[in-house]
Amino acid sequence: MEQHTRILKILQRVSGKQINPGQDESLFASGLLDSFALTDFVCGLEEEFGVTVPDSDLSARKFDTITKVSAYLTSKTK
Amino acid sequence: MAYLRAFGAYLPARRVRNEELSALVDATPEWILSATGIEERRYAAAEDSVAALGVRAAQDCLQNAGVAGEELGMILLASGSSERFCPGPASQVAAELGLSATPALDIPVASCGSLIALAMAAQFAPRVGLVLVIGAEIMSRRIELTPQGKDTAILFGDGAGACLVDANTGFAGIVDFALHTEGAAAKILKIENDRFQMDGRSVILQASRKIPRAIHEVLERNGLTANDPAAYLLHQANLNLITRIAASLKAPEDRFYANVSRYGNTSSASLLIAACEWHRTLSGPLTAPVVFSAFGAGLNWGALLAVPS
Repeated sequence: MEQHTRILKILQRVSGKQINPGQDESLFASGLLDSFALTDFVCGLEEEFGVTVPDSDLSARKFDTITKVSAYLTSKTK
Repeated sequence: MAYLRAFGAYLPARRVRNEELSALVDATPEWILSATGIEERRYAAAEDSVAALGVRAAQDCLQNAGVAGEELGMILLASGSSERFCPGPASQVAAELGLSATPALDIPVASCGSLIALAMAAQFAPRVGLVLVIGAEIMSRRIELTPQGKDTAILFGDGAGACLVDANTGFAGIVDFALHTEGAAAKILKIENDRFQMDGRSVILQASRKIPRAIHEVLERNGLTANDPAAYLLHQANLNLITRIAASLKAPEDRFYANVSRYGNTSSASLLIAACEWHRTLSGPLTAPVVFSAFGAGLNWGALLAVPS
């Protein structure tokens, strides 16, 4: 499964919403994430992609769009 | 060893319900409640100061302990919202309590300051005897009651709490604590130009991980599990955060004392106000450990473990 689809599945699971945001659409403005769903989203990314998000990366801005999330995951899995 | 001997609290009389805030910040009362778990908060009177609130909590605590002010060996006062930075409110509180030579130190750390003060008191008490820890805040003067200030305006309230730490006697002994600071993330939570500024999403993200980790740290170091404490007394930031931390620890939610619905987030005062109310609910001697934990500006966070005497 491609990275985008896997990210979207996690987003939809933690938000409970079947929304399909654009690559650069804010996940907060689209209603997929709020403060607490963001925490679940980051945990979901760690589990799904086998990465560890260190405290120094725990900034909402890093996870605001699918493009940013993809770039972050790519940097962690290089 | 140092002991928790008594608590005290002071809450201003003025109640500010979500209905009063909603028009000012352009949010419905129902949304404020669902986002924060807060129904109302207290605002200090215009003539009040952080020190004045601190004195009232201190007097309540000393009365509950049956201790006179002159018996104190030290005062530690945590506040992030004091109207005067230097000197801070600690020396004024000491003067109001009639003390003229007792050391009185400020800990200018919002939210986590009273946890830091408790840990410091545990270290100082064996040397000075009685240490009075105070958390006092007037956060209502650090927020903007406008739609732009909504994220912080809906959260904060005013109040003060106090705890007497005794070198010799008390209902629970402070056996361990863990304190941490991560200055690189300080920008997400700060008071600048007299206004509280917060990247709420990042704060929740950070706190959701750091608080459970600090609690685990002190529990594991003392051979305890998350099921062992009788009570968890947390900084009252947001009811949803407290619920999440309980779930993260896999500890029963009813052991997490919560009064944030009635007072909002009173920053460094909240831990001691919650502890004071929780202590009043005890019908007999404490029979299991108590965990204190807080997270706030700095970033500072940590946990403290006390066990029945």
